[in-house]
Amino acid sequence: MREITAEHLPDLARGAAVLGAGGGGDPYIGRLLAQRALGRHGPVALVGVDEIDDGALVIPTAFMGAPTVVLEKLPAGDELLAALRAVEELLGRRATHTVSLEAGGLNSMTPFVAAAEAGVPLIDADGMGRAFPELQMLLPTLGGVPASPMALADERGNAVVLRTADNVWAERLARASTVEMGCTAAVSLYVLTGRQVKDHMVPGTLSLCERVGRAVREARTERGDPVAAAAAVLRGRLVFTGRISDVLRSTRGGFARGTARLAGLSGDTGATLELSFQNENLVAARDGEVVVSVPDLICVLDTDTGEPVTTETLRYGLRVSVLGAPCDPRWRSPEGLALAGPGYFGYAHDYVPLSVTDVG
Amino acid sequence: MLRLGIDVGGTNTDAVLIDGDRVLGAAKAATTADVSGGIVTAIGDLRQATGFDPATVTAVMIGTTHFTNALVEGERLARTAAIRFGLPATRALPPLVDWPERLVSAIDGHGYLCRGGHEYDGSPIAAFDETEFRTVLDRAVEAGATSFALSSVFSPVNAEFETRAAQIIAERLPGAPVSLSHEIGRTGLLGRENATVVNAALRDLADQVTAGLRRTVADAGIGAPVFLSQNDGTLMDVDHARRHPVATFASGPTNSMRGGAFLSGLSSCAVVDIGGTTSDVGLLRNGFPREASADVSVAGVRTNFRMPDVLSIGLGGGSHVVREGNGVTVGPASIGHRLTRQALVFGGTRLTATDAAVAGGRADVGDASLVARLDRSVAVAALKQIDERLAEAVDRVRVSAEPVPVVAVGGGSILMPGDLAGVSRVVRPDHFAVANAIGAAIAQVGGEVDRVYPIVAQRRDAVLDEARQEAADRAVAAGARPGSVEIVDVEEVPLAYLPGNATRVRVKAVGELNLDGGAVYPGGHDA
Repeated sequence: MREITAEHLPDLARGAAVLGAGGGGDPYIGRLLAQRALGRHGPVALVGVDEIDDGALVIPTAFMGAPTVVLEKLPAGDELLAALRAVEELLGRRATHTVSLEAGGLNSMTPFVAAAEAGVPLIDADGMGRAFPELQMLLPTLGGVPASPMALADERGNAVVLRTADNVWAERLARASTVEMGCTAAVSLYVLTGRQVKDHMVPGTLSLCERVGRAVREARTERGDPVAAAAAVLRGRLVFTGRISDVLRSTRGGFARGTARLAGLSGDTGATLELSFQNENLVAARDGEVVVSVPDLICVLDTDTGEPVTTETLRYGLRVSVLGAPCDPRWRSPEGLALAGPGYFGYAHDYVPLSVTDVG
Repeated sequence: MLRLGIDVGGTNTDAVLIDGDRVLGAAKAATTADVSGGIVTAIGDLRQATGFDPATVTAVMIGTTHFTNALVEGERLARTAAIRFGLPATRALPPLVDWPERLVSAIDGHGYLCRGGHEYDGSPIAAFDETEFRTVLDRAVEAGATSFALSSVFSPVNAEFETRAAQIIAERLPGAPVSLSHEIGRTGLLGRENATVVNAALRDLADQVTAGLRRTVADAGIGAPVFLSQNDGTLMDVDHARRHPVATFASGPTNSMRGGAFLSGLSSCAVVDIGGTTSDVGLLRNGFPREASADVSVAGVRTNFRMPDVLSIGLGGGSHVVREGNGVTVGPASIGHRLTRQALVFGGTRLTATDAAVAGGRADVGDASLVARLDRSVAVAALKQIDERLAEAVDRVRVSAEPVPVVAVGGGSILMPGDLAGVSRVVRPDHFAVANAIGAAIAQVGGEVDRVYPIVAQRRDAVLDEARQEAADRAVAAGARPGSVEIVDVEEVPLAYLPGNATRVRVKAVGELNLDGGAVYPGGHDA
């Protein structure tokens, strides 16, 4: 167990945005919310998965909706706790712990808010090892853990409680409620026992985020290479360095999709990388050949500063480096690929695992 | 059309006279604390040099860093109340959150929250509660506020709460300055609200400065209208500037880039502005600077202004050249504006980048004999490093692998070599030292729309046309000649994780200044 204070947040947020693989939005608002919660309630206890009892009652929370809307309609601050309390009421029991569902942007910071406000320890783990766009895309889904009973809460005091047929229905019904609530809502779902956390979550994600964020910051102050530093901690590899020469966006099926074309620089001069994204970066193809593909992580970093670049901020002219990093091995199983592989996102190619041999 | 462009920088005040695309003359004077003194001297010198008749000037364009400096120094700022409509949302992060303490106390800032604001689709979060707002206003006045910043959630979509509140303030406190967030910033509440609070804090100073500028120009016998340059390279008339001083922020680098490009006749190029301590490098596309994508901090306050994307490197005419082992390092330490006293070629004792340029035969300033005994290899090594760093900076702002033309401006541009790696050609226009003032003089008038639209597939073109038309209308309302307005930028970003095809659309239009009817601004709640 260790205590997390406001000083730890910037590294955590930066690293989480790297693991977010382009998704999850700007962590700035999340960091301010977490700072405020820690200021009001004191430090949050971060515990490892091996420190919790099998019988622990773990209730996670997150924000759902459009990050751009959250930047305008800021949270009231008590929505996360309201959602968590609504689930507790359904269960007739109090949470002993909370845990993060995804790494990336806003939702890397919200678990600290929930933990501080509910006064429970936060488990150092998450449900994806990255960010994904839909509620059912969690490793616990593969392990048969239901997303419901679940609750959504907004700033007006509304709470919606759902009991759904399966986790795909949880996504559909929650998404519709979120839109009605003004395109942002706090959600609490995937109630887990301590045993289920150990079996189905990715251990150590928050510490990993912190190490990535710290490595980037230190490389920058020491005038080293922040991109290489991030790659080393993620045990991934640099796939491409270039400049964004074109960004095309469209909206199909309710999600922002697009492609960015990168013209190669330094070692990649003359080559082109095409990056396909739908909220997160999903496929990187070099001169037509897929080199990294979802569910592996494709992280885009500013070449000079190592700051993560989200898909919403990809812009013509930006100089970026693209990292590939291996996903949790469970995503590479046939069931994992059916849930969040290239086929699910509408890409025709077979999944090409990022080769472990060239990790370095 | 005779235009007088004036740039009031921290050190120098420059004035240029332009007829069409011809530069008739330029003058430089020291900036004075009251701003006016430097302008009077510069205009006087310009008259001597060109003999122009003040009565024939059709417009005066002024660029100034005065308001930025006032904020950075935290001086002469108004006591400001920041009132936001957003409850029950936004409570967790009230106005002035994440501001530096020093600045909050410099503006004696107090933040207040009221019910209201809108959702992304324009439906209200809560109804306007007049009693609540009047109570908040009383509290703000009691706390000593003299200037008011109003913000409302999604006011770029619907500004109703801000305009209603402004009317109530106008009735209750006639003449009190009010700044409205939807007139100042774009989507992203904290960044827009912060810029609005900064604007409110600068209102008293803006009253004085704009009155001073008007008087100074009139005293010089010039009856033409006065305009100020904005951060995006467009103009606002002096009364609009009085109410929106924050819009002058970062107009300096924008003017310098646009001025450099104008002088060289290029509209797409990299511009390198080399000063005494730093060099600013930026890229122009269709005559306008590329804008920074991230939020920009001004004096420690995060704002979401569209600032020009400028890369600053610690290399200038006054950069120290230090011998280290077998090599040398140039900068980032610099003697800055003391260059003309402390550099070797000016009889000083400091070895600078300028001395290396003179010794290496690249430049001819000061007394070359004073560096005659300088070790040749030191000068060569210093120049080599200067070239590498300039080439690297240009490479970093360039957006394609194609070599770009580079325009070198600024007093330190004597450091720029004749050719540079990755650069198709180096252009050194005449009058490069007054590129800022020229950028101000050639500025156009703009209008912008930035809003989230629910876009249904079949309606996409109609929505974009609507946004284009509104941007063009805004440019005309801001003083552009109707027939001259062009759309210069359209950006469409579908919002992530959001069904319903909500798309953020930004459109920017610019046109030539209309000098027949004079500029008419909509709104003006606090005239």
